[in-house]
Amino acid sequence: MSGFRLYLLQRITAMIMAPLVILHLGVMIFAIQGGLDSAEILSRTQGSFFWGTSYGLFVLAVSIHAAIGIRVVLFEWASFRGVLLNIISWLVFVVLITMGARAVYAVVA
Amino acid sequence: MQESTDILEVGVWRGDVTGGQLVSYQVPRQSSQTILDVVTWIQRELDPGLSYRFSCRVGMCGSCAMMVNGIPRWTCRTHVQKVVQDNRLTIEPMRNMPVIKDLVSNMDEFFAKWKLAEGQFHGRKTRYDPIEPLLPDSPRRLAASAAIECINCGICYASCDVVSWNPAYLGPAALNRAWSLVNDERDIGQQSRLNAIAADAGCHNCHSHANCATYCPNELNPTASIAGLKRLAARAAFAGKI
Ligand code: SF4
Ligand code: SF4
Ligand code: FES
Repeated sequence: MSGFRLYLLQRITAMIMAPLVILHLGVMIFAIQGGLDSAEILSRTQGSFFWGTSYGLFVLAVSIHAAIGIRVVLFEWASFRGVLLNIISWLVFVVLITMGARAVYAVVA
Repeated sequence: MQESTDILEVGVWRGDVTGGQLVSYQVPRQSSQTILDVVTWIQRELDPGLSYRFSCRVGMCGSCAMMVNGIPRWTCRTHVQKVVQDNRLTIEPMRNMPVIKDLVSNMDEFFAKWKLAEGQFHGRKTRYDPIEPLLPDSPRRLAASAAIECINCGICYASCDVVSWNPAYLGPAALNRAWSLVNDERDIGQQSRLNAIAADAGCHNCHSHANCATYCPNELNPTASIAGLKRLAARAAFAGKI
């Protein structure tokens, strides 16, 4: 993918993340008002298509966004180039999406 | 004018492509003295072998830029009084450009990037066609005007960290030039310009940290021009044009 397309993809994923972060924080602050424990949270998230999709999308956006960002940092500050740069960027993506997907699975499934 | 001390301690970078170091000179201080005056005084009075570049001495030609106390400046229009620190000055060749000798930097690549960014005008008319009317207050003409007064001094380019990290990056001056032509209604080379500014060395490398806009002596704003190019290229990408 060209540098410009990576740049665009990073902007688009940022636009996806922003409202989801606000939703996450908003719901947390709202839901915590009357006191809440993990069992109660899980009872609401488990089996929920809405929360599964929201957090799934968020995790995907974060993984793409962060992998591209770290790619730029490695390029500019550590002079990584070419194939090595691509391999590391993909690795960052795979690690993040795996960790994120596990977390989403744990609260939704 | 009240002067704090009569003698300036000036460190001037002397050397060539193989390396060099700062050499100290004592220069008498004068009223309304510019950095270029200091360098000229050293060459005339102390060391005729000192190489540096200037032409107009009035901020028109863009040939006299040097690093002064670590900051790129047009030396003919920079007063000693404004930049001196503890009576000391350090004068070095431009950052982000290879040196030729002493204070003379090699601007070949800087200008090559103007061409790479499609900084040349592509007209569609000949001398036999009537002159095209352009409304002075049309939005595109105003956008072009905001970017047009560049004197090619390279100060923005020397101040840009992204150029130092990614030597292929086209840089603020070339992209600012491309933006002024994007807004030129007479230009028919917009597709090739679009390809050039969205290529790997193009506008998206800019981090908008605005060093270029801070130091441009003509108070241009390459950061804003590059932001315009980013928007343009993004729209073109969604429209499938790049
Ligand atoms: S705003 Fe962009 S072009 Fe200007 S100095 Fe910063 S990175 Fe370079
Ligand atoms: S944009 Fe400003 S700093 Fe950059 S080359 Fe032109 S006049 Fe010099
Ligand atoms: S000598 Fe021409 S701009 Fe300084």
